[in-house]
Amino acid sequence: MGYPHPSHPKETVVLSEYFGDADARTYAGWVKRGGYEALRTALAMEPQAVIDTVKAAGLRGRGGAGFPAGVKWDFMPKQKSKAHYLCCNADESEPGTFKDREIMRWTPHALIEGCAIAAHAIRAETVFIYIRGEFTEPIRVMQAALDEAYKEGVLGKSAMGTGVPIDIYIHRGAGAYICGEETALMNSIEGKRGNPRIRPPFPAAYGVFGMPTTINNVETLTSALHIIKRGSDWYKGLSLSNPKSTGTKLMSVCGNVVRPGNYEITMGFPMKELIYDLCGGVHDGRTLKAVIPGGSSVPVLTKEEAEACLMDYEGVVEAGSMLGSGGMIVFDDSADMVYQMMRIAKFYAHESCAQCTQCREGTAWTVRILEKILSGKGEMGDLDLLLDVGEQMTGKTICVLADSCAAPVGSAIKKFPEEFEAYIKGARSPAGVFA
Amino acid sequence: MHDTTAHGPVFTGERRTRLDEILARYPTKQAGLLPALWMAQEAHGWISDAAMAEVAEVLELTPAYVKGVVTFYTMYHRHPVGKYFIQVCTTTPCNICGAEGVVEAFLRETGCGELGATSDDSRYTVIEVECLGACGFATPVMINDDFIEGVTPENVPDVLKRYA
Ligand SMILES: Cc1cc2nc3c(=O)[nH]c(=O)nc-3n(C[C@H](O)[C@H](O)[C@H](O)COP(=O)(O)O)c2cc1C
Ligand code: SF4
Ligand code: FES
Repeated sequence: MGYPHPSHPKETVVLSEYFGDADARTYAGWVKRGGYEALRTALAMEPQAVIDTVKAAGLRGRGGAGFPAGVKWDFMPKQKSKAHYLCCNADESEPGTFKDREIMRWTPHALIEGCAIAAHAIRAETVFIYIRGEFTEPIRVMQAALDEAYKEGVLGKSAMGTGVPIDIYIHRGAGAYICGEETALMNSIEGKRGNPRIRPPFPAAYGVFGMPTTINNVETLTSALHIIKRGSDWYKGLSLSNPKSTGTKLMSVCGNVVRPGNYEITMGFPMKELIYDLCGGVHDGRTLKAVIPGGSSVPVLTKEEAEACLMDYEGVVEAGSMLGSGGMIVFDDSADMVYQMMRIAKFYAHESCAQCTQCREGTAWTVRILEKILSGKGEMGDLDLLLDVGEQMTGKTICVLADSCAAPVGSAIKKFPEEFEAYIKGARSPAGVFA
Repeated sequence: MHDTTAHGPVFTGERRTRLDEILARYPTKQAGLLPALWMAQEAHGWISDAAMAEVAEVLELTPAYVKGVVTFYTMYHRHPVGKYFIQVCTTTPCNICGAEGVVEAFLRETGCGELGATSDDSRYTVIEVECLGACGFATPVMINDDFIEGVTPENVPDVLKRYA
């Protein structure tokens, strides 16, 4: 159906088929639409066969890093000597990203089914769905669906009557972007501050409560259900450009476009068509200036780079950025790149867990230097200083939050130097509160 | 400092039963901390030192540990807030769609005047928050547990009518 816009003919509708269809939220409605057939199939398979199917399909993690899901599942111990856990990452807090929320609020049983399939594959008897605290509606919808799934015998001591025990619980976050980082998420479940952990040990060896654990994004787990249902060959065939990127991807498009929303595309789809045909382009009288294609943590693309970009993991890297979470922020010519980079840096400064000096100090200083430039007191040397600070923040910390601040800011300085220089040279008057 | 209100205990009766059910999901008592803090906030609207001490006792943790966790997470209130707690997203995607104008409208219409302050009639507190995960519906606003999409400076007075 599509939500909030009807599906566009150029979309490949798999995950979003029932967005906007309230009847699909109920157990009966889900079963009527073929729901829980994939779980029944998976439960009749050996766990290894489920892993191999997902591996063969080429499904890669949709939370940001793009790590092959089947390979991750294969890291889990095959001989079970202690409890195994699956954590579903529904913390969705990366600016620009709002797809997992739609999956949960319209197709909660799809996520339950995906979680249960993955749990069986990795021999986990317990699944925690970690949902950000602000998602009050998705939490309500998911809880209602879980209650139904228990009542219908889908979950519990003997999932669908097969003797396989699978319990799924919601763990509500409480406001902290960093808890979307997988090791911080595990600490948060354990009742701790959400500080990322140093790796190794990796979660498959020592995860939540010290037990073997797999963490996957909502969209990844929901995609797995369709792979079991329709086969890995079908999924692998959904690829328009690079065979290493397969399947469909929900792109959350926001910012200065006529029709912001979620659009489901086949991997390799041209960004230009997404922006102009599906989203209706930028508003009348405006022109496209820049796009941040993968959530606010990735480098900025210029208009030319964006219009030539094919959207899959490799294509966006070739264009000069990353596919990340698929949260696309579109800027038209009215956007002040200096002010917006300050706002992005402020986000990371606010969300830094402050364990690493490079991150705690680097994000805060990036904000301060950008504010100085915006107030008209900047010097040309400040731009090099920002780039230098960014370099010190890259590849040096426990998690990549520090890198995520440096990447957009550094790329904007390189791609839109004239906007920064205009403030420094006094050609532009100080902005907003900095005036 | 904040702790001037005397509260009754949180974990008695139905709430105690609910907490015990939640604790059964986890292998440690400590893992019940975030859920227990949510229950304390539901009960009193904010989390006082007394509530933290009670949570600590129930979960066999120290009050200092509990405070360390409470202060890490932005959604736990450590002091009373207005009857309607208004959170407006102003992160970049919403910012380029005019979110700062929405904040100004809320500050003006509620009489709060400034961010974080509670209006004289104790009805409203307005704060700016980072990305609410609904960037395609700019500007999203949370009022208590309600999630409202597509708020503009113009429709703020209408939105507020539901929260008198
Ligand atoms: C600072 C930070 C925040 C993150 N936030 C999220 C998030 O909100 N949701 C998510 O799925 N992954 C997030 N990730 C990525 C996770 O660490 C992890 O890679 C992902 O959940 C794995 O699932 P996948 O393989 O299915 O993508 C974040 C990573 C970092 C470093
Ligand atoms: S990089 Fe930043 S957020 Fe990540 S662990 Fe270090 S201080 Fe915390
Ligand atoms: S930036 Fe406002 S909801 Fe994401």
